[in-house]
Amino acid sequence: MSNAHSAFQFKNTVGERTFGFVDLADLMAKATPARSGDRLAGVAADSAEERVIAQMTLADVPLSLFLEQALVPYEDDEITRLILDDHDKTAFSIISHLTVGGFRDWLLSDLATSAVLIQIRAGVTPEMAAAVSKIMRNQDLILVAKKCHVKTAFRNTIGLPGHLSTRLQPNHPTDDLTGIAASMLDGLLYANGDAVIGINPATDNVQQATRLIKMMDEVIQHYEIPTQSCVLTHVTNTIECIDQGAPVDLVFQSIGGTQATNDSFGFNLANLAEAQDAALSLNRGTVGNNVMYFETGQGSALSANAHHGLDQQTCEARAYAVARKFNPLLVNTVVGFIGPEYLYDGKEITRAGLEDHFCGKLLGLPMGCDVCYTNHAEADQNDMDNLLTLLGVAGCTFVMGIPGSDDIMLNYQTTSFHDALYARRVLGLKPAPEFDLWLAKMEIFKNNEQFTLNHKLPDAFHKSLHRMIGDHS
Amino acid sequence: MSQDNYPSDKSFPTHPHAPLTTGKEEPISKKEEPVTENAWSKLNAFTDARVGLGRSGVSVPTKHLLAFQLAHAQAIDAVHTQLDSEALSKTLMTQDWAKAWTKNAAPLMLHSRATDRATYLQRPDYGRRLDERSANILDEHQASTSQQYDLVIVVVDGLSSLAIEQNTLPFLEALSGHINGWNLAPICFVKQGRVAIGDDVCERLNAKCVLVLVGERPGLSSPDSLGLYLTWGGKVGLTDAYRNCISNVRPAGLVYQEAARKAFYLLNEARTLKLSGVKLKDRSDDELIMDTSKESKNFLIS
Repeated sequence: MSNAHSAFQFKNTVGERTFGFVDLADLMAKATPARSGDRLAGVAADSAEERVIAQMTLADVPLSLFLEQALVPYEDDEITRLILDDHDKTAFSIISHLTVGGFRDWLLSDLATSAVLIQIRAGVTPEMAAAVSKIMRNQDLILVAKKCHVKTAFRNTIGLPGHLSTRLQPNHPTDDLTGIAASMLDGLLYANGDAVIGINPATDNVQQATRLIKMMDEVIQHYEIPTQSCVLTHVTNTIECIDQGAPVDLVFQSIGGTQATNDSFGFNLANLAEAQDAALSLNRGTVGNNVMYFETGQGSALSANAHHGLDQQTCEARAYAVARKFNPLLVNTVVGFIGPEYLYDGKEITRAGLEDHFCGKLLGLPMGCDVCYTNHAEADQNDMDNLLTLLGVAGCTFVMGIPGSDDIMLNYQTTSFHDALYARRVLGLKPAPEFDLWLAKMEIFKNNEQFTLNHKLPDAFHKSLHRMIGDHS
Repeated sequence: MSQDNYPSDKSFPTHPHAPLTTGKEEPISKKEEPVTENAWSKLNAFTDARVGLGRSGVSVPTKHLLAFQLAHAQAIDAVHTQLDSEALSKTLMTQDWAKAWTKNAAPLMLHSRATDRATYLQRPDYGRRLDERSANILDEHQASTSQQYDLVIVVVDGLSSLAIEQNTLPFLEALSGHINGWNLAPICFVKQGRVAIGDDVCERLNAKCVLVLVGERPGLSSPDSLGLYLTWGGKVGLTDAYRNCISNVRPAGLVYQEAARKAFYLLNEARTLKLSGVKLKDRSDDELIMDTSKESKNFLIS
């Protein structure tokens, strides 16, 4: 297929015209469903026809070629080294005879049961997952992702089939403890927060992170909530927090799919390993030991000018190699946060959310999604309803929960506490089992099977509310 | 039928937990309110977050749904409404303080390389550079003057024309009270611009320093937030590491007098140190550093 004497590694003649693609990276980029970030990077297909020809050409590429041709040079990039050095040949042997197109058929077929999909995980590279996703329709991404079961645990069990968890995100623009507590109470009483109670701090330093970690730990202990907390500060800050004795449950880091992206975020793989060891040493999990929480999102590599000419979805999938090295409890693609120069409208955000969830799940990650948009994107609540519903059907691990969809600190809109309950009701999705028991015990849910909330305020919260607002009956 | 009793079909794979109808449901009383208010709704006195909204079943009640839609509509309008920079410039030059401050120099009206909003939103690189006509205006101005400017103020629509319309005049009036003896370039108005376009302006006018006023990405509760960006020796290609930022300037955020005080502090420091960005620390609030040692516990546990 390759031709050393040509400027094009791949050629495809259709009718009178011959389409050429310089290399595997070029072919992958041109085969990607249209989005603004790839146009901004100058790597997108020039026409709708060229895009489909690229997809047809990509469909004929053998999966094994991704092991021979690194999209970012092995010598230059520790993530390429991670991907290739950790590749499991035995797991790959089940699918090693397939092309990208054949891989799609195989994934959709009855051969690919949930058990077999677990068997092949370590043999699938991020580039293989990205490649096959590019020729899959939205319903394919949903169907296969639903077959991929990924279970993780810390103080509860996340990712069981038929379950959906939520991150309670009580952000406040000045990190005011009363404001944060108000959002936490609201979320807990709307049955949210089993994935994690996670705060993006407005002031990002060790002192502030420690203050917020302690605050959440006290609430979790006081009400005996089977969940975990996290302050989304830089990994090096969290290591310092742990050194100073802070009660850290989960370590957070934003990650990208190239070493240069992560350089721009100010960390490397060794930092993550150190942080994971530090968190494990605290031994705070009760039913499991997954201590990492990662966030990703298409466009971050281009934004850091670190994309090596790759399309943004391939870069994103490569970030999942970083994530799976450290056995995370949760991975969250913050799909619509980056803005319309990367994902222009509701259609592009929806597609990206489904791609990220599929690739993450195929690679064995507990994949959740921040179903979200900014006010300068061509998107609204209806787009979010659609993506939330699609991801619920696809077996998404968790979504965000925030008061009334409005993040007053980060100035964007994500899913609300109410939205999570909507998804539970229409799709019959339960919270993590330990958390579900707690909701019943606290009388937050009146009926756990029908997701009916209690009309009256649960007794355990009477006293604290009275302290704040006096007589509230 | 109550909404908890949606039709049950256990064979439908997405409804594994659909309940069977027991026939024992309580009869619906017409007097029962469909909306359940939350006992904790008064907590909204302590946060702008949309807490305690209550619920219709498990969904957001109508009045809160529509309040949200209105806030989103205002944010969208802030992004998409064109800035009337001509009108704003005219009003500015009728103010006595502005005439004295700018020595009556007529503002310069400029445009980025992004021809319209859709292009602007998808091509940040276009929004960072002046179009040819604007570059010529500045080059001709520079050729016609012998002045060495200390500061050029660049007013850019950015992502919220509302922020520019509401905050530009009062902020500049507050700032003019601090800045004396600086040789000020004509104020520049830029349409379809991003922060970095200030560097293009600064370089072409050979000014020592640029202060960009830009409409920030609107939040639901803050469609009118103005950002200030200061660069010493602005020139094309500088990154954010060379800029200092003051954010959230608006009546309900950082008020004009405070914003002007901070901006003047940074401008003075930049002039003294001949630099800006990460090496120029904002210590204007050093006396206000938070003492958390005496902080009380939050109300959920104390």
